[in-house]
Amino acid sequence: MHVMEGFLPPIWCAVWYIISIPVVIYGVYQIRKVSEDVPESKALLAVSGAFMFILSSLKLPSVTGSCSHPTGNGLGAAIFGPAVTAVLATIVLLFQAILLAHGGLTTLGANIFSMGIVGPVVAWIVYKGLIKSNVSSLIAIFFAAFLGDLLTYVATAFQLSLAFPLPTFGQALVNFLTIFAITQIPLAVAEGILTVIIWDRLKVYKPKLLERLDLLSKKEDAEVDGQ
Amino acid sequence: MNNKTIIALIIILIVIVVAPFIIHSGMGEEEGYFGGSDDSASEVIEESGYEPWFSSIWEPPSGEIESLLFAVQAAIGALIIGYFIGYWRGQSKKD
Repeated sequence: MHVMEGFLPPIWCAVWYIISIPVVIYGVYQIRKVSEDVPESKALLAVSGAFMFILSSLKLPSVTGSCSHPTGNGLGAAIFGPAVTAVLATIVLLFQAILLAHGGLTTLGANIFSMGIVGPVVAWIVYKGLIKSNVSSLIAIFFAAFLGDLLTYVATAFQLSLAFPLPTFGQALVNFLTIFAITQIPLAVAEGILTVIIWDRLKVYKPKLLERLDLLSKKEDAEVDGQ
Repeated sequence: MNNKTIIALIIILIVIVVAPFIIHSGMGEEEGYFGGSDDSASEVIEESGYEPWFSSIWEPPSGEIESLLFAVQAAIGALIIGYFIGYWRGQSKKD
């Protein structure tokens, strides 16, 4: 989903930086708060960040014939919300921009916006919505991860179409969505499944912590209390 | 989830990742397959005559070094997840 180094006009680089920086700062503040309130959640934070590290390093082939990588942003977003996930995404994106020449420093703001903000906001809303409707957290996390991944790429397509409306915004959007979003659909399903497997382990080993962070549906809460 | 569900999920996962190799069997990078979607998007932009105004401050000197760094990235992540899941598993057994 990276917008490559130098591939956004300076004005758009500035716009996305201006939008992304406050979210990352708020995320740092939230990390401090949650690790003071629930010290045990620090380990979950490390796992969420590590999950993004792994998934964004896996460039998987897609049925469209091109390769792309999952984002891993659904897990962190469901547990900690979008702002914290923006901080995690920044770490991953910096690693890739500096050491791998994937993405870039000028386009960092834009990439944080898609992978660290839009994807996670969607994942977080989907997760909270499904949990409130008393859906099992395993199903909720699948859809959160699937949509968080997919919408990250939709956001990238939007960003590129805004900067390069060739010949019109609409047509450019269709072009970029074909390149990014269609490739991403099967990979987003794969990411959803991987996230479900990790979530299942968290549920088995740390049910009380998940309950404390208010991440389980009412029915699951009752099961945890009944144990 | 019980073990059967987890195994079924892992099989679906493998099918999703392996299917493209079967669908586009025999094709390679020369035919425009299995390239990165980032690169395809960059090509579309460059075709319009746009020239990137900034280039990466450092690039991996070869494809080998690039794979090395990608593997390091995955290993860091896997190490952390493996450590905590293993630690929690041990903890839950003690209880």
